[in-house]
Amino acid sequence: MSAHVVALGTPWSGVPGLVLPAFWQTAEMVGISMAIVVLIGGPLGFLIFNTSPRGLAPHPGTNAVVSWFANLGRSLPFLVLMASIIPFTELVVGTTIGIQAAIIPMSLAGIPFFARLVENAIREVPSEFLDVGRASGASRWQIIRSIQLTEGLPGIAAGLTLNIIAMIEYSAIAGAIGAGGLGYLAVNDGYEQFDANIMITCIALLIVVTQIIQFTGDRVVRSLLH
Amino acid sequence: MIEITGLTKRYGSHTVLDNIDFTVEAGTIAAVVGASGAGKSTLFRCVNLLERPTSGTVRVDGQELAHLSARELRVARRAIGTVFQSANLLRRLTAAQNVALPLRFLGLPEEEIHRRVRDLLDRVGMLHRANHYPAQLSGGQRQRTGIARGLATRPSVLLADEATSGLDPETTGSILRLLTELRDDLGVTIVVITHEMDVVRSVADVVAHLDHGRIVEFGRVGEIVRRSDSTLSTALLPDQPLSLSSGGEFSGGESSASEVVWQLRYQDATVDPSWLSRISRELDTDIALLSGLVETVGGDRAGRLTVRLDARLAAENVVAVFAAYGIHARVASAADELAGVSS
Repeated sequence: MSAHVVALGTPWSGVPGLVLPAFWQTAEMVGISMAIVVLIGGPLGFLIFNTSPRGLAPHPGTNAVVSWFANLGRSLPFLVLMASIIPFTELVVGTTIGIQAAIIPMSLAGIPFFARLVENAIREVPSEFLDVGRASGASRWQIIRSIQLTEGLPGIAAGLTLNIIAMIEYSAIAGAIGAGGLGYLAVNDGYEQFDANIMITCIALLIVVTQIIQFTGDRVVRSLLH
Repeated sequence: MIEITGLTKRYGSHTVLDNIDFTVEAGTIAAVVGASGAGKSTLFRCVNLLERPTSGTVRVDGQELAHLSARELRVARRAIGTVFQSANLLRRLTAAQNVALPLRFLGLPEEEIHRRVRDLLDRVGMLHRANHYPAQLSGGQRQRTGIARGLATRPSVLLADEATSGLDPETTGSILRLLTELRDDLGVTIVVITHEMDVVRSVADVVAHLDHGRIVEFGRVGEIVRRSDSTLSTALLPDQPLSLSSGGEFSGGESSASEVVWQLRYQDATVDPSWLSRISRELDTDIALLSGLVETVGGDRAGRLTVRLDARLAAENVVAVFAAYGIHARVASAADELAGVSS
């Protein structure tokens, strides 16, 4: 009797009640982290490129420091990063578990990743376009806004898509510190309690969400290219 | 008007431009020619100050540009319009938005920008394509848009780097006509950097030949063409290759015991078009015309011809008779034939 219950797990009628809140928790974690990532990682990407020899204000010292930081953030596996910064997380949000605690390591992992993606996107903007700006009497700020950002936007949008999907993955790992969300539900209920219905639903939902994000991202990139 | 004096650019110990002196009068078109690696692009970048010269001065309408601060330079640079090779239009902006770009940098009000962009696009014949993206435009249309963008800040000098390279001859012609119109209607001083002698022949008033970072020849196109000892002159009006390889009856290029091949060149509106028959009568001999090219260069008619004359005629006499008609004549050498064939 009990074996029968364990094998079936949560009846299908009970699945939405568990999965939907988890879905919204994932959306919240990814959404807030991504907002922080874009706000900090984006400008950082412009800084890395523009202090490089090909940039608008080459500055080897600044470039080395910022580059080093970006590499450092990406050299740790997410689980290790998350565990190693627990004291910092507690300092910032006052707790080491839950959604708030997950947002800190997720942002820290996402910022250098997004900075590199943005740097690559604006590196792809032909340097002749920067000459167009300079020769037309544009200031550096005007060149960044009107030329690098405008021409780099399709690449930045593609990077953003990639980054959101990576963030969903990080959010599942963050389940390990009790962050909640789809990943946590899949591991905790689906895997450890052999709840097949929950597992199947979580997997299906993650696949669908990832596909929708990639599809939407591709559409946006295409509409940005003329 | 643009005056460059003592312009030198070095990268480390490598001197790319060596003491360039070069003046272009207002309302004229100057061409800078030279092989790749001669320093043309560096000169272009030093004149619009994308690169700071190592030493020397660049003056546009009397204003010295090379030693301004970054902020002053940004303002001063608006006196120089730049047309880039293959136009360099921003891909995500329409033709109109591309032309508007320098005006937005300038911070003009929106209605003013709109009005000026319309005028500029009209000027270059692109009004009907205003809202097309670069990918939807032909090479010539892109270049027209690039020229309109170069003119947006109403510069007194327009600098064009290989503006016609990669365009078909017909489109090249239409772009060159546009440049001539801009000179004639707006009085814009234009400097074109090119490796195409056709461009020099059809639009340039003056030409400078850049070689290993130095200007080795400079002058009015009309004068240069008349020089007989000039590489630039030869490049502008190449001697027609003699048909050495065609075989058969026309092995015309070789001087035989009884006949001598002469190279003729002239560049003067006053040369009597019927000189051939007149000189033939004067020398009392037949003139065999082997090859020839007569065209208009720098507003004058210019000719390069190869003829064969009787060897018994006194060479000094032949030279004197041709000279009386304004034609420079000299006996062709084997080197001419080689040069002719290889060109």
